[in-house]
Amino acid sequence: MSLKSWFHRFGSAPFVYRLCAALSPWFAGLAGILIVIGLVGGLGLAPEDYLQGDSFRIMYIHFPAAAIGMGGYVAMAFAAAVGFIWHLKIGHAAAAAIAPLGAVFMTLALITGAIWGRPTWGTYWEWGDARLMSSLLLVFLYLGYMALRAAYEERDKGDRVAAILAVVGVVNVPIIHYSVNWWNTLHQGSTVTRMDPTITGDMLWPLLFTLFGLGLLFAWMLMNRLRGEIVERERHTRWLQEYLTGLPQ
Amino acid sequence: MATISEYFAMGGHGSYVWSAYGITLLVLLLSGWAASQRHRRALREARRAGGPAQPARQPKVTEL
Repeated sequence: MSLKSWFHRFGSAPFVYRLCAALSPWFAGLAGILIVIGLVGGLGLAPEDYLQGDSFRIMYIHFPAAAIGMGGYVAMAFAAAVGFIWHLKIGHAAAAAIAPLGAVFMTLALITGAIWGRPTWGTYWEWGDARLMSSLLLVFLYLGYMALRAAYEERDKGDRVAAILAVVGVVNVPIIHYSVNWWNTLHQGSTVTRMDPTITGDMLWPLLFTLFGLGLLFAWMLMNRLRGEIVERERHTRWLQEYLTGLPQ
Repeated sequence: MATISEYFAMGGHGSYVWSAYGITLLVLLLSGWAASQRHRRALREARRAGGPAQPARQPKVTEL
């Protein structure tokens, strides 16, 4: 398939809408299975940490939430950029669908991190800590994107202005990742996302399950939100009205 | 049942571990529900907007 026809197909709202409809039950089911296996491993089978005891088990949600929150931001900025550059509405719709979910996941990372911090660092929160501040900023970037879009009466204008914020904000993602190397922070250094992971295999495999499981859950929610965005934008089109008449009331 | 309560105590870290998991479960349930609701609400509104096919967005005509 040529690049142009690929673009044409994935830029087509009815195609993306139906693709999401077909994929979403599979994503939900697989997410459930992976998360259950990951939790059995993480809460049951993995040995306790030699230094942190059992509190490290918070990692099985904290790490995926943060990774998905950061990855989601890059995806949102990419989608918004595609929408901006090629005037592709589906790009803006995808970015708009990602924003609230990314904010939720990143907030979860902050909350679970604070709870983990209490027994580990002796404090829930430390103002001025580089890892904590850059992560909090990411939540505000998500919220800023949403607020900016909502501030314009004309949807196209809001999409385009907010896309600029989304793209500029992307620099914060590597800052979060490298903050533990660049500054003194309470946060531990990387043990998973490095060339030579220092985490033991017994602790690692359940993490991969919860990571991919929560990733699929994120994607499932994203597909539902994207379908909502598409329906809202296309409500007067023939294909959607035909689709609606085919639906049971 | 000492072993089960020992397990839930998580070596003294039980309140941290379980509250983190509990909050996460609650937040994810809510946001999954909200995502489905977003789609359903849009479908409802589109049905109400109804009518035969019109152009996706009609240019605004300003009165002179």
